[in-house]
Amino acid sequence: MANITYIESNGQSTTLQLNEGWSLMQGATANGIDGIIGECGGSCACATCHCYVDEARLGELPAPSEGELAMLENVAAERRPNSRLACQIKATAALEGLVVHLPETQE
Amino acid sequence: MNADASVLIVGAGQAGVQVAEALRTLGFTGSIQLLGDEPHTPYHRPPLSKAWLAGTLDAAQLVMRAPQALERKNITLRTGAKVAAIDAARKTVHLADGSTLPYTGLVLTTGATPRALAVPGAQAQGVTALRSRDDASVVAQHLDRCVEQGRGVVVIGGGFIGLEVAATARKKGLAVTVLEAAPRLLGRVLAPVLSDWYARLHRSHGVQLVFQAQVARIEADAAGLVCGVRLVDGSLFEAALVVVGVGVTANDQLAAAAGLVCERGIMVDVCGRTSDPFIVAAGDCTARRLADGTLLRLESVQNATEQAKSAAAALMGQERPFTATPWFWSDQYDTKLQIAGLSTGADEWVVRGDMAADVSASSFSVFHFRQGVLLAVDSVNAGKDHLQARKLLDAHVSPARDRVADLACDFGINTHANHDEAARAY
Repeated sequence: MANITYIESNGQSTTLQLNEGWSLMQGATANGIDGIIGECGGSCACATCHCYVDEARLGELPAPSEGELAMLENVAAERRPNSRLACQIKATAALEGLVVHLPETQE
Repeated sequence: MNADASVLIVGAGQAGVQVAEALRTLGFTGSIQLLGDEPHTPYHRPPLSKAWLAGTLDAAQLVMRAPQALERKNITLRTGAKVAAIDAARKTVHLADGSTLPYTGLVLTTGATPRALAVPGAQAQGVTALRSRDDASVVAQHLDRCVEQGRGVVVIGGGFIGLEVAATARKKGLAVTVLEAAPRLLGRVLAPVLSDWYARLHRSHGVQLVFQAQVARIEADAAGLVCGVRLVDGSLFEAALVVVGVGVTANDQLAAAAGLVCERGIMVDVCGRTSDPFIVAAGDCTARRLADGTLLRLESVQNATEQAKSAAAALMGQERPFTATPWFWSDQYDTKLQIAGLSTGADEWVVRGDMAADVSASSFSVFHFRQGVLLAVDSVNAGKDHLQARKLLDAHVSPARDRVADLACDFGINTHANHDEAARAY
């Protein structure tokens, strides 16, 4: 279990408790956080769950797969060094307290 | 529409949820009732044949929106609510429980139903389609039984659903046979060159593929459990699970009975409007007539969400045509296929990447052209190509063939300041 904080582009902050194995995208969409769309349901196929991970903790995440990197090249908002797809980040106890910022647009 | 307005949405799938939320985004303050005939809260369908069936997702992870998330947006979800009839003249909907609901705006997002196999024995236990969560549970139970008993699986129909199930069953170590009536896989959606590649992929994973297979009947044991599929030529394929994936038909019966124009689906315009001014429709239940006269039916998540946004806007009196390039995807084994555009009518194709390589290491895209105009791009493990292709197709820009074929060459639109410049550069 991990508490993850999502901060939307308008400043709205929501903290969700995610079960082990849930992706950050699943937590956000199931709970109606509009800044994440996740159109493909988490298949790493649409690049609409773009998020910016707290830079200080970026290194704690498993590195993005080739498929994720390909999708990140074409996200709608600005791609930054800390850009990730929320569907590819799985909650683990180690991620407790992680903060992700959501971009202004996903499509 | 104002605060007194009430919108009824029939169908709580991808399109239905999207219409409800889009209405709120557009500032609609009236009541929204989302009626679903299944007992479940709205869920994601795509993982049903993939991660969920493979056992890597739990049921809670399938949930599209938790009930509280809908409540916060003042969207009333009613599950297990079956609609019996629509009275378009009185603007009411009759439910199967005998109650009647009035509406000022009605949304039909009724989805589609898998085509049944019209052969003797098709009612045997262990013969199922895969569309709903309940279908997926049936498939999962029988897959477990196949594993326990060391028995095989037959998939009837070499389309996306069938092939995704085949891949999942192979991952579990089960013997899998795919029976396809046509001479190739995915014939309705893919060009032959890709059908051949997918046949190679599945054979490399040990799937037995049988083409031009005409099913005569399903064989069951004394307990009524399926035990095999008999073809017209007499051959028998043993199986303890038969998954039927031979297409779907649009759920347009309610609409047709209410007098709406239907043709293999509820006819809508590019904004999701039906022939009734107070009724819109979106998703798998719809069909649309293109300018050239062809009937377009798209069955995809993108179509459901985009049509839904258009339909919500139409209810608010706004024009929001859905004209974006259609896209689809399919996951089989470790292979991700992403399709942008519709390749029907192509007269030339160009491959970018190495299609002849070992299927397990492939990454390539097939660009389909008609008279030099780009129609569609099918990408296998090449997500970057896919997203760039969608941008090109949306902008109606066709890259040169030699540019596409050269992996060292960037064919995308990103490097250009604007579309006009991109068009000139090509």
